[in-house]
Amino acid sequence: MKKPVLERPVLLDVQGITRLYGPAKGCEAIDFQLHAGEVLGIVGESGSGKSTLLRVLAGLEAPDAGRVVYRRSSGEPEAARSDVHEPDTARRGGTQALGGDPQANAEAELDLYAIGEARRRALLRLEWGLVHQNPRDGLRMGVSAGANIGERLMAQGQRHYGQLRATGQAWMGQVELDPGRIDDAPRTFSGGMQQRLQIARTLVTRPRLVFMDEPTGGLDVSVQARLLDMLRTLVRSLGLSVVLVTHDLAVARLLAHRLMVMRRGQVVETGLTDQILDDPQHEYTQLLVSSVLTP
Amino acid sequence: MHSMTNTRPRLTVNGLYKQFLLHGQGGLEIDVMRDLSLTLQAGECLVLAGRSGIGKSTLLKMLYGDYRIDQGRIRLHFDDGDLDLEALPTYAWHGLRRDVIGYVSQFLRVVPRVAAVDVVMEPLLARGADEAESRRRAETLLARLNLPERLWRLPPGTFSGGEQQRVNIARGFIGEHPLLLLDEPTASLDAANRDVVIALIGEAKARGTAMLGIFHDEDVRERVADRLLPLDGSLGGLSNASQTCRESLS
Repeated sequence: MKKPVLERPVLLDVQGITRLYGPAKGCEAIDFQLHAGEVLGIVGESGSGKSTLLRVLAGLEAPDAGRVVYRRSSGEPEAARSDVHEPDTARRGGTQALGGDPQANAEAELDLYAIGEARRRALLRLEWGLVHQNPRDGLRMGVSAGANIGERLMAQGQRHYGQLRATGQAWMGQVELDPGRIDDAPRTFSGGMQQRLQIARTLVTRPRLVFMDEPTGGLDVSVQARLLDMLRTLVRSLGLSVVLVTHDLAVARLLAHRLMVMRRGQVVETGLTDQILDDPQHEYTQLLVSSVLTP
Repeated sequence: MHSMTNTRPRLTVNGLYKQFLLHGQGGLEIDVMRDLSLTLQAGECLVLAGRSGIGKSTLLKMLYGDYRIDQGRIRLHFDDGDLDLEALPTYAWHGLRRDVIGYVSQFLRVVPRVAAVDVVMEPLLARGADEAESRRRAETLLARLNLPERLWRLPPGTFSGGEQQRVNIARGFIGEHPLLLLDEPTASLDAANRDVVIALIGEAKARGTAMLGIFHDEDVRERVADRLLPLDGSLGGLSNASQTCRESLS
């Protein structure tokens, strides 16, 4: 029997990220690497700095210090990803948006806060995805479900109406929404449906890297279970790499391969999800794990 | 016993130690394992023996990455080299569990809303296997374990203990991992289903699977064990410490 291939390229290299609003408010000196295909959970109580860290990682808020480096050459080759609804023109359009310079695409590393606002926004739109806790922050509430799903595809250069609509319907089916409601505005959807629509809108472009902020946070428990199952399936079938922020250890157990525990802006413990939950080392992690109520 | 084409063991464990430190209990230190060593060959089922409650599961959990390794070495042997688990980076465990180490725990961790058959086929899908073929194999296993067909499409959350355990067994065996850890897989099964599990273990041996198991049922133990590993020396005298620790943590 041959040794298994366990090496995975680094997709995101986070170096000494600090973003403080006050003493112990925000996050401080955070280092980690996310490997291709990994789901990393960041857990902690409110005020631990996990959401601040996610905002910095996702390109929404510049850090006081440190670097977020995206290694684009990692993972699958570009060509292998153009199978879904992405004609060559779309990919070329994307490349141009990311710098207007053919050499930019060949760059192996992108320093998120050194590349400039325009290229950063293009990166977020074209290669990354962000799922907000509140779907209202990630959706356009006034336009149709189909337009919400199609927006990122159009940003990649797709203009064919029939194709956009077909893709929209296919994705509504994928997230268990009735494709017959493609022309309805999200404000007529329930909270759980809106969250599923936000996920479809984010994943339609097959992003390499997805950030999720409490994706099941505001939902009823019965709706949560359905969404969790859907996210697990999508992560596996699309081979997503994910940074997931949650305060819910049960959600972390179901979705994350490994965990980072934060407290007062700092990482107190990291490890395999099962290790953190079954064999916690740090005093705070032990307290956190033992405080969970089980029905 | 299975004839061995290769005398190199598949797994070597040397001088393993495990201690739990409970901060919430005033820094209480509990030694649950000291200086444990073993070797395991391909096609062999080694059964952990020792008093009930001395923490035999602790060893399986350390081998599966559930518990951290304080001291000692866990080494997997492959044709083209060795792999030391105590030195394995965290990100590598996911792939190792998918392809090399399988685990049948005592209790099924239920994912809400996922049908029994989907729970069983997930290890194959994780490797990118064909969905229809994976489903067919999952159904074959569930049928062999006498789980009524009407339950296959239901989430196992509401199943009886024995039904859940059979789902768990099917999920554990479907991947045909080269190293399989078995934590009381027959505990809540009737005689007919115990026989099925014993047959599955026999087939796994014939494939060359190395197995490390805990079986309280003496009859089952005698029928599956190629060797017994007495653990009272390395786990004993520690008086139910692992259990105490688990309770205070959960």
